[in-house]
Amino acid sequence: MTPKIKVQNLKKSFGTHHVLRGVDVEVDAGKSLVILGGSGSGKSVLIKTIIGLVRPDSGEILVDGIDTTYAKGKTRNELLAKCGFLFQAGALFDSLTVQENIIFYAENLKKLSNAEKSDLAEAKLNSVGLSGSVLNMFPSELSGGMQKRVSLARAICADPEIIFFDEPTTGLDPIMANVINDLIIKVRDELGATTVTITHDMHSALTIATEVAMLYEGKILWHGPKKDVIKSKNEYLHQFINGLVDGPISVNV
Amino acid sequence: MIISFAQLIGAKILRLSNEVGRFSVFVLQSIIGIIIPPYEFKIITHQFLNIGFYSLPVVGMTAIFSGAVLALQSYSGFSRFSAESSIATVVVLSITRELGPVLAGLMVAGRVGASIAAEIGTMRVTEQIDALYTLSTDPIKYLVSPRVLAAAVTLPCLVLVGDIIGVMGGYIVSVRKLDFNSANYIINTFKYLEDVDVVSGLVKAFIFGIIISTVSCYSGYNSDKGAKGVGSATTRAVVNSSILILLSNYIITELFFSK
Repeated sequence: MTPKIKVQNLKKSFGTHHVLRGVDVEVDAGKSLVILGGSGSGKSVLIKTIIGLVRPDSGEILVDGIDTTYAKGKTRNELLAKCGFLFQAGALFDSLTVQENIIFYAENLKKLSNAEKSDLAEAKLNSVGLSGSVLNMFPSELSGGMQKRVSLARAICADPEIIFFDEPTTGLDPIMANVINDLIIKVRDELGATTVTITHDMHSALTIATEVAMLYEGKILWHGPKKDVIKSKNEYLHQFINGLVDGPISVNV
Repeated sequence: MIISFAQLIGAKILRLSNEVGRFSVFVLQSIIGIIIPPYEFKIITHQFLNIGFYSLPVVGMTAIFSGAVLALQSYSGFSRFSAESSIATVVVLSITRELGPVLAGLMVAGRVGASIAAEIGTMRVTEQIDALYTLSTDPIKYLVSPRVLAAAVTLPCLVLVGDIIGVMGGYIVSVRKLDFNSANYIINTFKYLEDVDVVSGLVKAFIFGIIISTVSCYSGYNSDKGAKGVGSATTRAVVNSSILILLSNYIITELFFSK
């Protein structure tokens, strides 16, 4: 079976700063990969490179067996049509209402009547646990947790096959973080989507993941199913998941 | 010492040409975005209102006081050699050829350029531009093209209105304060005015509109992270578009009027 996403020897530098130094990772369809890594380990750059926001220096990215590394035009649009992306701070368009945000992509595809628009937006809001009462509000009027949920509703609006989550629980209180974790699992199961999440929140990682990878100094150090994470003998992984100060990962204080 | 100095200059020149190249590609992409469908009518209308209509008060105020002060100044100067009759001509030529387009351009650069750069810069910093991309929308076509189109079309309209208001400012001062004959002043205003005077001003306005919108969008689009990044993007937008306005103003004048 071809993996849903396959990344081979991916490299990216910004000037003299080598962020990705040959990343190899793959995810099978329907699986949830969580990529762990400290701040500045290049996790964000990695998923942004996979979706095409960052252009890699070398390496290969295959989605459904199709090379999308430097894809343009039609191939790129087909890739984007398959993907949803939840940004760290939500990245909702603040000049548009909640409804306009959610149906942004759907509206580009075909003309919708007003009733269809609000029905679609409301259905998506319901699936992230919000009611239709916020439809005509602006993102700035919502709390952080609600913004994140609206943003999730926007990301899943076109029923994507792959969803990327950029630190989905950062900046939320523990209860809201769990609400988001549960929502991620729910939408994944409903859509049957493959998900790639980057996070440094261990609780969230172990809730969402079916597979875990650890990114350190621009390379994948460890990759395996969730059940093996705790008993892994890898010193780096052990230090990271337990949050130990002493260990092979040097902390620059 | 000499080598490091040369290196410094070389590095600056390389960076400048890199920037000019990137800017040219950006402008080209935004023009392609204007030409190729689909057209985002709702956004374009919004930008016409924002850039054009809401700039009317600012441009009108600038024009009326420039016209008024021009009449006053030329009166106090020209009366020294009894050339008061040319005041009307001086006012209308200065306004239509120079002051109308340049002052309107600079005011719009301040009002609209700053807001464009701050808005797009904030969208860059909060990843909204990346979000547009992930929703299969070309950020340049969605954000930049409507603004460039609106500025290029509305600036000449603004300048035309500003020309009329500016000439009126001169008229009010001359007739009400300096006791000119109203009919004579109006006749003198149009006596030496040629089409090219007005047209050159409108061509300038068109170019200024393109400069303001592209420079401001480019600054915002490439804004650095954080509040500081957006702040300096805004400064850059206003300063660079103002300087380019004054520079291109000289070049266009040279093309139109040098013999």
